[in-house]
Amino acid sequence: MANGAKISGWPRFFLRAPTAILTAVPVVFLGLFFFYPVLTILATALNQGWDGFADIAKSPRARGALWFTAWQATASTALTLFVGLAGAALIARTSGRTGAWYKALVTVPFVLPTIVVGGAFKELFERLNSTFGLPDLNHTAIAVVIAHSFFNFAVVARTVGVFWSGLDHRLEEQARTLGNTTTQVFWRVTVPRLKPAIFAAAVITFLFSFTSFGVVLVLGGLRQATIETEIYRHAIIRGDMASSATLALIQVVAVLVLVLVNSTLEQRANVTSRMARSSIAPLGARTKTGITCFTLIFLGTPLFLMIERSLSVGRGYGLQHYRALFVKVPQLPTTAVDALRNSITYGVIATFIALMIGIVCAMAIVTRHNVVSRFFDLGAMLPLGVSAVTVGFGILIALDEAPFDWRTRWWIVPIAHALVAVPFVVRSVVPMLRRIHPSLREAAALLGASPSRIRRQIDLPLITRGIAVAAGFAFAISLGEFGATSFLPRRADTLTAPQAVFRLLGTPGDLLRGQAMALSVVLAAVVAVAVIASEMFSSDIADRSRTKSPVGS
Amino acid sequence: MSRLFSLFLSLCVTVGVLAACSSNSSEAGTAGEAKKHVETVALTFVTHDSFAISEGVFEAFFDQTGIRVEVLTSGDVGSLVAQTILSADNPVGDVIFGVDNTFMQRVLDRSILEPYETSELVNVPERFQLDSTHRLIPIDYGDVCVNYWIDALDGPPPESIMDLVLPEFAGSLVVQSPETSSPGMAFLLATIAGTPDWEQFWAQLKANDVAVANSWESAYYGDFIAGGGSRPMVVSYASSPVAEVIYADPPVDVPPTGVLLDSCFRQVEFAGILQGTAHPNEARSLIDFLLSPVFQNQIPMNMFMYPVSQKAELPAEFVQHSQLAKSPLSLEPAEIEAKRKEWTERWVEIVLG
Repeated sequence: MANGAKISGWPRFFLRAPTAILTAVPVVFLGLFFFYPVLTILATALNQGWDGFADIAKSPRARGALWFTAWQATASTALTLFVGLAGAALIARTSGRTGAWYKALVTVPFVLPTIVVGGAFKELFERLNSTFGLPDLNHTAIAVVIAHSFFNFAVVARTVGVFWSGLDHRLEEQARTLGNTTTQVFWRVTVPRLKPAIFAAAVITFLFSFTSFGVVLVLGGLRQATIETEIYRHAIIRGDMASSATLALIQVVAVLVLVLVNSTLEQRANVTSRMARSSIAPLGARTKTGITCFTLIFLGTPLFLMIERSLSVGRGYGLQHYRALFVKVPQLPTTAVDALRNSITYGVIATFIALMIGIVCAMAIVTRHNVVSRFFDLGAMLPLGVSAVTVGFGILIALDEAPFDWRTRWWIVPIAHALVAVPFVVRSVVPMLRRIHPSLREAAALLGASPSRIRRQIDLPLITRGIAVAAGFAFAISLGEFGATSFLPRRADTLTAPQAVFRLLGTPGDLLRGQAMALSVVLAAVVAVAVIASEMFSSDIADRSRTKSPVGS
Repeated sequence: MSRLFSLFLSLCVTVGVLAACSSNSSEAGTAGEAKKHVETVALTFVTHDSFAISEGVFEAFFDQTGIRVEVLTSGDVGSLVAQTILSADNPVGDVIFGVDNTFMQRVLDRSILEPYETSELVNVPERFQLDSTHRLIPIDYGDVCVNYWIDALDGPPPESIMDLVLPEFAGSLVVQSPETSSPGMAFLLATIAGTPDWEQFWAQLKANDVAVANSWESAYYGDFIAGGGSRPMVVSYASSPVAEVIYADPPVDVPPTGVLLDSCFRQVEFAGILQGTAHPNEARSLIDFLLSPVFQNQIPMNMFMYPVSQKAELPAEFVQHSQLAKSPLSLEPAEIEAKRKEWTERWVEIVLG
């Protein structure tokens, strides 16, 4: 299966059979829980008539939404790459505990409630406006773009950072010895080799921004409509399923084209580079402090605001709001702690499923022929590019009859979370798998390493880091997921933490708001702990194998 | 990578087996239970995410009738209505609750509900019985009105809806968009019903620097002064001041907010029996129960709405701190559904254009 690896011990048949079965797992999973529901809802809605198409094509508002969606997603991706690369430079050079903390901080935004983040940015913009005379960015497209780079900072910083740390840095040293400046070395030597990871991070960021809903509504105000918000408006407020499905179809086609272009570029950019056993050139002290401070202010401000509000009790500070999480309030069908427990359970299940499906997809993308590879690439990326309304309603009407009468089962919620997380896993693992140079395996084999030893000591340690990144994303995505969950009919006791936060904020009163803030802080803490744990675990594995490694310097 | 593959394969198999086992055992469990209480029927009660009721209420219904109620919630009222219509051929549940008068016509236009003229309606005033076909049965109601933060106003509070365009209230009000929010829609309807020329009113409101948020949450907690914003007036509910007392921190004796009673749009929430239910008689019993004092008395403190039944008693907090409009604004549900698109598009042109 793996390119270059010669199968000696096992008869080929036994290897091929499980491979075929395994490859079928993501096909069946995505087919059943994503493609079948989405196609069903589109077909049902469009069967009512194709008038929607003409209406949408004629509607200046829909065309405006399409245009805004495309350009804000492009701008968001560009800004995220710009700021995220700084974070990646830091992550590539920071290991151990400090590194884990930094990675935890950048991953936390995924679970912060949009309303809280929106509020924090609004305050920030107002302050910049009153203190520095900058224009008030609230309710502008720029606010949306900035917020998207807030949420996706981790995607670039972590995907590129982990890839960067694994590069062979002797090339940079050589370039420097030949008289190039640091900037020249970065743009001419480092960036070209980072391209696979940059493309991977860019496509995730683009799709995330392309289908973002809450951020656009809270920060963009009402003039900035995207395809996603238009789908919601047509389906929910107007009850016009036909035009909503038309928009959903346009969204799917746009995403398909984008992913195809991306996968072509990514395959072209792919360079298998030698593995690093060399150490990366350290950042200057000033650069390092600069990046750290920027991250702390940019990503930490909403978090800080949230913590401050969760602790403010009456006229002072205290832990009452945290204690209140154990007490049931009328607004919630269970206690907030129960909701948190549900979220963690779903997070673990969704992470497991997403890793399983995502890694198999990644392997198929990397090792299969062009067509199959493309097929998996598209199939695994689409769930991130399709509206939550489409997926949620699709599951509602498609999985409604035996033997697939699953729409109200509790586990459909973690599965919906896993669908959104799979693209993150795929894009975290693919660049790591791609760069494993076949010659490395051949060299190891020449030195007498058995195929299983090669896999254990070359492939696994190299992608372990990628898997740790993927696991962190998948867990955070599940814990923060709101959209698809809310469009599924759920039993009252399966309430998730983000939904509990939303409900607590649905009734006036400082006690309820304090509790919502406390729950958000705990949710953020859970993600931070999970990221730190997965980092520690993966660097343990990587270190252990590195010390035993038969190859490298 | 075959090692990795085989690892995953074994994981898949394990998960598959576990899933199969657990589903088998749960099926066995329910089968066993079914044998024990042959008469037990479980009804599925589909509602929106704002539904809340005290623990023990549906248990009381079970003790009375032997009918279990399983609550399924899904999104806001708009998404509940969309889901109900989409899944009409194969409904998710037996009884639906939470459709309001702004969305009711959309449900009534389709044949998805069974009529049920319950005898409990004798306790419900005529003005709430908006569906003469008795497919939608009124359960609770409330008013969407402009709220103001008493201490934040320089002078006396506004008394009429037309006061909102006066210069002394410039930059004071935040509303929600009727395109994304149900209180936002209700307030737009209030202005259509309660001002001589609603388009001109909104043009004046815009000139008076009205802020528009996309949801109740971002208006109340983002722009309104209660959540750290700067605006002293917000579109919320007539019952919001009660919540401001109950959930105040530090505790207060009187609400910090007041209600502009002239701006109130009446919202009525309905329940209905979904066509195709396997248990129509039990579903009717559940509707009766929703109108019984046991359920009705629980509505105010759980959902901050008012019970429709005259037999229900209001809790002291509501009697003390909440006021309802004596003559609330309203529009025909059929007119709302027919003109929603036109009105909201016109609103967008005026306010956002």
